[in-house]
Amino acid sequence: MIRFDNVSKVYPKQTRPALRDVSLEVEKGEFVFLVGSSGSGKSTFLRLILREERASHGQVHVLGKDLARLSNWKVPHMRRQLGTVFQDFRLLPNKTVGENVAFAQEVIGKSRGEIRKSVPQVLELVGLGGKEDRMPGELSGGEQQRVAIARAFVNRPKLLIADEPTGNLDPQTSVGIMKLLDRINRTGTTVVMATHDQNIVDQMRKRVIELEKGRLVRDQARGVYGYQH
Amino acid sequence: MRAQFVLSEIGVGLRRNLTMTFAVIVSVALSLALFGGSLLMSDQVNTMKGYWYDKVNVSIFLCNKSDAESDPNCAKGAVTEEQKDQILTDLKKMSVVDTVTYESQDQAYKHYKEQFGDSPLASSLTPDQMQESYRIKLKDPEKYQVIATAFNGRDGVQSVQDQKGILDNLFELLNGMNWAARAVMALMLVVALMLIVNTVRVSAFSRRRETGIMRLVGASGFYIQAPFIMEAAVAGLIGGTVACGFLVIARYFIIDHGLALSEKLNLINFIGWDAVLTKLPLILATSLLMPALAAFFALRKYLKV
Repeated sequence: MIRFDNVSKVYPKQTRPALRDVSLEVEKGEFVFLVGSSGSGKSTFLRLILREERASHGQVHVLGKDLARLSNWKVPHMRRQLGTVFQDFRLLPNKTVGENVAFAQEVIGKSRGEIRKSVPQVLELVGLGGKEDRMPGELSGGEQQRVAIARAFVNRPKLLIADEPTGNLDPQTSVGIMKLLDRINRTGTTVVMATHDQNIVDQMRKRVIELEKGRLVRDQARGVYGYQH
Repeated sequence: MRAQFVLSEIGVGLRRNLTMTFAVIVSVALSLALFGGSLLMSDQVNTMKGYWYDKVNVSIFLCNKSDAESDPNCAKGAVTEEQKDQILTDLKKMSVVDTVTYESQDQAYKHYKEQFGDSPLASSLTPDQMQESYRIKLKDPEKYQVIATAFNGRDGVQSVQDQKGILDNLFELLNGMNWAARAVMALMLVVALMLIVNTVRVSAFSRRRETGIMRLVGASGFYIQAPFIMEAAVAGLIGGTVACGFLVIARYFIIDHGLALSEKLNLINFIGWDAVLTKLPLILATSLLMPALAAFFALRKYLKV
């Protein structure tokens, strides 16, 4: 699903690499936590998977494709097979919940009939059944994140990338979001989630990958957060 | 679905940037109106030049039957065959002459018809009212006087005309105006392009959230760019339509009504509506494509896909 071979990333005008010689593999259907302090390279790792950046050295394979050889115009097609969720939700404030989810289908040219069918379905799945016509501003943070997850999942991606999805949420709400991500993972979708939330990592007992100053320092099946401040 | 989605995005974008959109429309309208005006002015010059203007330097007009009654130069009657032959032989002997062409009354009538069409003056003419003439091309156009002194006053010759002399000053004026119009047009065009680039930049910036989300969900580059390009194209097209309106109104008020030059200067052949109408599609196409291209290149810089 994801394979990094000796990947390094140096941003222009910076001497210290954001990632150094990282090699790892994520199999289909896995749930992986990505942990590490700020500046450890988590975001760079995710940006490389999304092909928002290219690796300076080494190879990144996502969904069986070498991203270095993927031409720019094919990148959108690659991204359609990924779902993305962020700390700040990234919803369109002037569109309703239903429209926000439908947006992900409109831009890839799904028919109106398909959209009308799949939007209520996926909202039901994330526990927001019947809230299609609400505006994002009227919802709580947890509910907004559920909308974002619905949007990421509506096209049934093979891989879901989550960048601190619970970073803005209280512990109780976070648990609900994690249950939802776990449920999505059980449908066969691979989930890669960067997080700072120790409780969540310790509870879930999934694979943990830890980065420190751009290096891969730990890759542990059924791991714990383990990072000490 | 997609079309409707894109159209609603365009409407939102244009309204959000109303002042900029207005500026784009005005600058595109002005530059294209000047562009059209310059094209029409060239047309006008060509219309006035007539058949022989660019081909010869000097014309020797020969007396016809009606000249024999009215023109003192032709007091000895219409030109005879011997006179014509003599003029031709003399012309061919002169070293300044490059080529000589004879124009019969019928040919003169045909060329006149071509230039003036069915104006009232042209329809009352008959071929035998036209003059036969020798059309002469000189090796050196400045040597007009040599021909004039040699043939003015000769039997059968009604007049010798320096083809350029009559209209040259007017054409120079029109030409100057044309260049001025083109210079202003170029300036306005630059202004229009810069405004479009800036509008697109502002537009892309104010919608970076949407475009960012579009990128995340895998919208193609074209799909993300299309609303911006269409916005520029729609604004440009409105400007182009206004420019077309300017041209139509200008012809109406300068030539037919208002200034009514066609009545005041009835010897001059003015461009017709067809000349104006054939320019309109060109202007509309330019107004659509030019801003779209400008937007396209601006987006390559300001909108990462």
